[in-house]
Amino acid sequence: MDIFVNLTIAGLSTGMMYYLLSSGLSLIYGLMGVLNFAHGSVFMYGAYAGVLVFGLTGSFTFGIIAAIVVGAIVGYMMERLVISRVYGQHLAQILLTTGLMLVLNELIKIPFGSNILPAFQPEALQSSWQIGEIVIVKYRIFLIVIGLVVAIILNAVMAKTKLGMTVRAGVQNPEMVQVLGINIKRVFSFVFVLGSALSALGGILMAPALGAINPEIGLMYQMTGFMVVVIGGMGSLTGTLFSSLLVGLASSYTAYVYPDAATAVIVIVMIVVLLIKPSGLFGKGAE
Amino acid sequence: MPDKVILKVKEMETYIGQYHILQGINLEVLEGYVTVLIGRNGAGKTTTLRSIIGLTPPSQGSVEFNGEMIHGLPPYVIARKGMALVPEDQGIFSQLTVEENFKIAMYKEDKQTLDRKDWILDIFPDLKPKLKLKAGSLSGGQKQMLSISRSLVNNSKLLLIDEPSKGLAPIMVETLANAIKQIKDHTTVVLVEQNFWLASEVGERYYIIDDGQTVQEGVMTDLVNDKVLQKRYLGIGTKE
Repeated sequence: MDIFVNLTIAGLSTGMMYYLLSSGLSLIYGLMGVLNFAHGSVFMYGAYAGVLVFGLTGSFTFGIIAAIVVGAIVGYMMERLVISRVYGQHLAQILLTTGLMLVLNELIKIPFGSNILPAFQPEALQSSWQIGEIVIVKYRIFLIVIGLVVAIILNAVMAKTKLGMTVRAGVQNPEMVQVLGINIKRVFSFVFVLGSALSALGGILMAPALGAINPEIGLMYQMTGFMVVVIGGMGSLTGTLFSSLLVGLASSYTAYVYPDAATAVIVIVMIVVLLIKPSGLFGKGAE
Repeated sequence: MPDKVILKVKEMETYIGQYHILQGINLEVLEGYVTVLIGRNGAGKTTTLRSIIGLTPPSQGSVEFNGEMIHGLPPYVIARKGMALVPEDQGIFSQLTVEENFKIAMYKEDKQTLDRKDWILDIFPDLKPKLKLKAGSLSGGQKQMLSISRSLVNNSKLLLIDEPSKGLAPIMVETLANAIKQIKDHTTVVLVEQNFWLASEVGERYYIIDDGQTVQEGVMTDLVNDKVLQKRYLGIGTKE
């Protein structure tokens, strides 16, 4: 039982990190139809910026803020300079964003090199609670709480605000949104920046859980991010949340029973979900 | 006082991909009237409306709206100048509620706009009990009503309506005709319509579009009486 609880907490916290990474991906694909293969690089830049500022200032909060700011800036520049020129052209998007990913991954090596950079947990969250045989790592609970808070805020923004309404409408019919007098390009930019900031937040929060970061972590987690989005259903934030947690838990349990299959199980979950529901858990499919 | 021209389209040409869809559209839409664009399938009527509002921007010619050149402007800017479009597929956001479909269209939520919404709901009372429902759950006719209502909440000066009768039951087409008659007292309407009964019922002036060009214009009652013209351009058969 204690092992099960520990694995569940580990799975949920990892799942929440997947959620931060994938929610942006899901929004960007769902609203703008953009396949962004450089999304993982923003995750990695967030991790580096956060770890660096945390190291310099000793404040994890400043680290988080730095990650979000850097993620938002990188996202904004990416959208303005590259993505906005290839809306609606999937092949060009894949090629350009893949190229962008390579460039961003190489650029980070200039100041930091390709070796790993240690990432520490903030002191206040380093300890654990022990309840009988169950050990609850504080940092993992922190991750779950942050993930939940972000999910609640995002869902509230989507459900209650005019911006959220516009995004939901834009996912379905961007042309009609424009005809109603709304500058959809500005909404696109905003969503892109928001998605990038969330990804960078995922990066800095994931870094201490990994213990160290390197220029390849973006690429490593991006693939999982894409699978999470596909399992949850493109463009559905609720779907992304459920699928993130599902994937986090599945790989956590599998890692205990048979560690080599921890990644493979994500692919298996995806295949099973797609066989049963091709549009993903919460996907609407073609209308 | 002569009638004011609210929309003037001159020698408008539009390409979609490599296809030269519009090859010279000329329109003068008078304020306060319902102008009907008619013509065979594929003549370029829908593209004409889309080009006017900037969704498929014209490559040649000019579009003047309310004394201002608007060709080349993005659709959201043109819409903000007081033009609204009810597209052929209605453009309803089915995942949003009926109320949200209204809200997203509102530039302001001031008293004037809310009063206007009440007035619109009086024209289309069927929508009143459905405000909280997902728009996707509405019937085809109700979706059309919602699409037209939504385009009216901002007090637009010009309303472009693309084939509103498409797929509707005859009784709904009659309701639609009555609604357009009420709307025209408040805003100028350009209507693309294949249903000749609806076109003649609400239309006051007409343009015939054929092969991407405007080929004939005039007063609707003249067209209703001109069987030869109807047969030549609209394919409305008359046994002689």
